[in-house]
Amino acid sequence: MSLAEEPVTLKEPVSGRSLWQDALARLARNRAAMASLLILAVMALASILGPALWPHPYDRVYSEYVRVPASLEAYPHEDRIVPEMQRSLARARVDIGAVTVAGDTVRAEISDEEPIDPRMIRYVERSDLFSRVRLAETSADGRSAVLEAEVARLFFIAGTDGNGRDLFARILMAIRISLAIGLLATAVALVIGVTWGATAGYLGGRVDNVMMRIVDILYSLPFIFFVILLVVFFGRNLVLMFIAVGAVEWLDMARIVRGQTLSLKRREFVEAAEALGVSDAGIVRRHIIPNVTGPVAVYMTLLVPKVILLESFLSFLGLGVQEPLTSLGVLISEGAKNMQGASWLLIYPSIALALLLFALNFLGDGLRDALDPKDR
Amino acid sequence: MTGGAGKERQTLLAVRDLNVAFRLADGPVHAVRGVDFTLAAGETVAIVGESGSGKSQTVMALMGLLAANGTASGRALYRGEDLLALSPRRLNRIRGEKITMIFQEPMSSLDPLYRVGRQIAEPMVYHRGLSWRAARKRALELLKLVRIPDAERRIDAYPHELSGGQRQRVMIAMALANDPDILIADEPTTALDVTIQAEILKLLRELQDRLGMGIVFITHDLGIVRRFAERVYVMREGKVVEEGPVADIFAAPRHAYTRMLLAAEPAGRKPPVDEATPVILEGRDVSVAFPLGGGFLGRQRQELKAVDRLTLTLREGETLGVVGDSGSGKSTLARALLRLVPSEGEIAFLGRDIAGLNLRRERGLRRQLQIVFQDPYGSLSPRLTIGEIVTEGLLVHEPSLSRAERDRRAAAALKEVQLDPAMQTRYPHEFSGGQRQRIAIARAMILKPKLLVLDEPTSALDRSVQKEIVELLRRLQAEHRLTYLFISHDLAVVRALADRVLVMKDGRAVEEGETEEIFARPRQDYTKRLMAAAFLSAGAPAEAWAG
Repeated sequence: MSLAEEPVTLKEPVSGRSLWQDALARLARNRAAMASLLILAVMALASILGPALWPHPYDRVYSEYVRVPASLEAYPHEDRIVPEMQRSLARARVDIGAVTVAGDTVRAEISDEEPIDPRMIRYVERSDLFSRVRLAETSADGRSAVLEAEVARLFFIAGTDGNGRDLFARILMAIRISLAIGLLATAVALVIGVTWGATAGYLGGRVDNVMMRIVDILYSLPFIFFVILLVVFFGRNLVLMFIAVGAVEWLDMARIVRGQTLSLKRREFVEAAEALGVSDAGIVRRHIIPNVTGPVAVYMTLLVPKVILLESFLSFLGLGVQEPLTSLGVLISEGAKNMQGASWLLIYPSIALALLLFALNFLGDGLRDALDPKDR
Repeated sequence: MTGGAGKERQTLLAVRDLNVAFRLADGPVHAVRGVDFTLAAGETVAIVGESGSGKSQTVMALMGLLAANGTASGRALYRGEDLLALSPRRLNRIRGEKITMIFQEPMSSLDPLYRVGRQIAEPMVYHRGLSWRAARKRALELLKLVRIPDAERRIDAYPHELSGGQRQRVMIAMALANDPDILIADEPTTALDVTIQAEILKLLRELQDRLGMGIVFITHDLGIVRRFAERVYVMREGKVVEEGPVADIFAAPRHAYTRMLLAAEPAGRKPPVDEATPVILEGRDVSVAFPLGGGFLGRQRQELKAVDRLTLTLREGETLGVVGDSGSGKSTLARALLRLVPSEGEIAFLGRDIAGLNLRRERGLRRQLQIVFQDPYGSLSPRLTIGEIVTEGLLVHEPSLSRAERDRRAAAALKEVQLDPAMQTRYPHEFSGGQRQRIAIARAMILKPKLLVLDEPTSALDRSVQKEIVELLRRLQAEHRLTYLFISHDLAVVRALADRVLVMKDGRAVEEGETEEIFARPRQDYTKRLMAAAFLSAGAPAEAWAG
């Protein structure tokens, strides 16, 4: 509050802090938002890198481990090793002698009336429990032998699903798909919605009327019906999901942006730009769009979880992504069917979805608070 | 002054060592530091200061209305109770009943969803347990007391159906509803036209004589203080720098800051230009009409004539001051001349009729006609740097310029308005109001226009800053032989800058002539009223209006 407003002389070259930098600094002080950001980053990284690093591919079927509960101990359990070996050998139609387990090695004495064909070890190899199967100590006449195999220790920390696929790998994959749908559909909504809304709001008059009536008409189409129609015509695929969700969600964005634009249009800096002779496109690009980024960014962070939920809902109805690909909605839908026998199938995907939605919503709230000029 | 300033009037409010601090991210900000003041029954005390001096926060603290991150300490004794130490519940009983407040902006202080009668009645129903019927009757009395014309009908009006002055009267009626001891008025007339301002002050004075409450009057306008208050506290940077009876302070200000405030009236006159100077802009029968939808009652399409067949000429190097109350069409006229709103009639600029032209295509003309707006906060896009704002016009008019060349031009333009060119990379929110107004001027000047429309460029600024902007405008005009169309409701500034004045009312020209002529011998009643009201706030003797 200097008396005479003399130009301040500055020693170092100053670079101003933009409103965005200010807002991000405020966001950085918001613990809940930062925790959410961390969770999101971890989930995103895990979903991108995880499936490549995790020992189980998301679509590998372990037929011996159908619907095993989540456990931190390695499978198989001791009491299953001997029966499983006997079952495998029985399939190979050999006579089974004593089966002993020593450490990670299983030894089975086998004999047959014919000489034993070494290829019979495939029957054992086929089982998910055993690896490095070999015939040791084949007798001279070849009619009896000792079969040795290592017990493959597998971890299913989130259990397996009804087809014997590792649930954790599937959850990672599902997060990847859900996040991708969320982000891409939001990006579609963003591009169409902001352009559409800013143009309609800025030009106003008849153009605005026509553009917004189109939005109203699209609004009145029943969304589910629309999606079913698309799926019937084009079959289920991921790209279709993006289009379907994005095509509906941009309507809200267009309305928000139009409302903001209408009030921005009356601001004096827009009038000043007009007086400078800036073209309509220039005003929309340089003045309108940068000034709607605040509300749009907030709406976007809240739109991502909304889209994820929508996708989950569609997947729950069976209109979503196609097996063996999966999404959180698909997993939860399967989990719901198996709730009684295999509760983990419902619990873990639900936790993942809830965590994702919480983080996104907290981040959105934090962003809104950070951008709220009243806090300044 | 009222009642001859009784000596042993009872002290109503005694504030001791009041401190207000706000917790901000960059550390605490001390808005008020150790303020003492007293108010006696029936007395009017003014707190004067420029924006940011802490004058409003002082009373906000007393009323428990500080923002959530603010804290107040010290003592504020009202009838033996410390307002700062009261429980919210007890404080609520006192404020709104015994200590009431009126604010600067009467539109935003009234709830647009309720009829004004109900809004006045509500505190009476809740504070005093009156029935709605009785409260309504009292509300009507109050509306008559504050001289709202046709009060029986207005009691059922919504706030948007009232004019600014009437809304402020409603606010005063609400404040008086429970016979307060103390009325705090926070810049109650700043948002109003000068003529209305005078009426509101007169009303407050009469009410005080009748009801005997103490008034704490917060303002930046020393003219009002002089005629309205008995004692004054001058605040600067959260501290009281000078206090005393109004007469003493005005006669012999002791503190340099007070002297500066008193001297901040824009001085100087502009000599009129020669009759022979070429005409740069000529408007004949310029009219602007806005459609009013279906109208209030009628089915037929109505029009609002914002500017009605107005004729004006501007010669090179001349300043035409356009004055009038809000709603008189001053700003609309400016926008019509700049071709920002469609209009009828002829507008000739540099000898070409531009009324039918799309100026976006006629870039050569467009850049000659520039504008500076009133609100230095609204006229700069918050997301662009100063450099980008200032050079935006160059992108349009000289698209071939390289980035380095644009930066150089921006630096030159900023230097011209006395800002540090190193500030190019900063954003508008980092600047004060006066600095922003300089940036807005630089944005227009970079195109080297011939005609600059100044739409109330100084109205949102403190007096001392105002004076500097006036100096700057004067210098720019002399150096570049600029022509100004200067719109203002502030007659003191117009008098200092303009060589001719056009008085507007309801879209029409009431009177036009050389500045000194108009100020010395206004011919029309409206002009006389405007002058009387304005000079009452410029510090003329109080008798003129005390009535």
